[in-house]
Amino acid sequence: MASVVPRPHYPDYSTAAPVNHHFSPYADNGGSIVAIAGDDYVVIGGDTRLSTGFQIYTRQQSKLFSLSKTTVLGCAGCWCDTLTLTRLLSARMQMYEQEHNKVMSTPAAAQMLSTVLYYKRFFPYYISNMLVGLDNDGKGCVYSYDPIGHCERSNYRAGGSAGALLQPLLDNQVGMKNMQNIKDESIPLERALAIIKDVFVSAAERDIYTGDGIHINIITKDGIKSDSFPLRKD
Amino acid sequence: MSILTYNGSAMVAMKGDECVSIATDKRFGIQAHTVSMDFPKVFEMGPHLYLGLPGLATDIATVYEKLRFRKNLFELRENRQMSPQIFGAMVSNMLYEKRFGPFFVEPMIAGLHPQTFKPYICNMDLIGCRNEPVDFVTGGSASAQLFGMCESLWEPNMGPDDLFETTSQALVNAFDRDAISGWGATVYIIEKDKVTTRELKTRMD
Repeated sequence: MASVVPRPHYPDYSTAAPVNHHFSPYADNGGSIVAIAGDDYVVIGGDTRLSTGFQIYTRQQSKLFSLSKTTVLGCAGCWCDTLTLTRLLSARMQMYEQEHNKVMSTPAAAQMLSTVLYYKRFFPYYISNMLVGLDNDGKGCVYSYDPIGHCERSNYRAGGSAGALLQPLLDNQVGMKNMQNIKDESIPLERALAIIKDVFVSAAERDIYTGDGIHINIITKDGIKSDSFPLRKD
Repeated sequence: MSILTYNGSAMVAMKGDECVSIATDKRFGIQAHTVSMDFPKVFEMGPHLYLGLPGLATDIATVYEKLRFRKNLFELRENRQMSPQIFGAMVSNMLYEKRFGPFFVEPMIAGLHPQTFKPYICNMDLIGCRNEPVDFVTGGSASAQLFGMCESLWEPNMGPDDLFETTSQALVNAFDRDAISGWGATVYIIEKDKVTTRELKTRMD
């Protein structure tokens, strides 16, 4: 229970009317996530700034959470909801492993996340989620969500505070939208990594909630590799 | 929803090497309902001077007519052409006159100086606070998307052909991710001795 904070008493300014107290259960802690999937890999990058309005809590908070050896979740939005959700998900991953004697596949984890989010339909986790990994055929996949569990599988996605800035760029550079005379093939890993670094540099330029650095996870059949890259810190 | 995004628009202007570009979408809608697909939002104010007015459609028409009147009067009185810098100052002043009951437009200006042909771009908010960057300006309901595109596509000292490609790709990919702008685009490339106007075919959904 919240403790009662003593308020100063100014008789000339007080009234008999009831005092309105207010509590907001949500915070916007910013952050951006970008993911690109290929034939045998998937890369996900998240910036490392944790902020509230014009304040920065920390410049080195990774927003990527590995749920298994082939599945990573990226979260941007309300950080307290992120902590709660990721703890719940890792518990559910462990329960599944002990019940079924196998690790949950990425498509199964994607469906579970959707269900977990919709379970809180009327008091949602205020998070932009992006679940990436390798599917049952070893192909890279990206699942993106709204806060109440609507889920879409795609090959590339930008989310979080700079999602609107980055998504059209991915459409152009990864999805080859509005281009003529191009081959329809998935891009190599090196190109995907270069694009992720480039788009975060652009986002840090214009979005105050994105910056400081990025953490990148590269998921292949050999496991998860980590990489990081500095961004502007203002 | 803001009144500035009631009709929907996407607009961008960029600086190049001895050239400038300005590009706009062509949609006029009322929130999600598309009314017309050939609505002009960029206006020729002089041989090397273009004015873009993203924002509320009714104020686009009003502000354009008022600015055309003021600019013509200036040129008749002074017997000289208005430079883009002076035109920008005039637009800014006119908007600030209505500080507490503004026109809902966020104008942008692209042009070359009539004597030196130095490239100039600027934009301003609805009460005339001016911004004169060295690279590009964006406006309209797709401005966030345009910032993301321009920030990574723009580079210094582009020639007119590169500038056209960069401006077009930035605009088209940006408004494809905005539900209330798009439906065709017009790109103006302003050079010392010619202005090229190109109509772009885009997805219409």
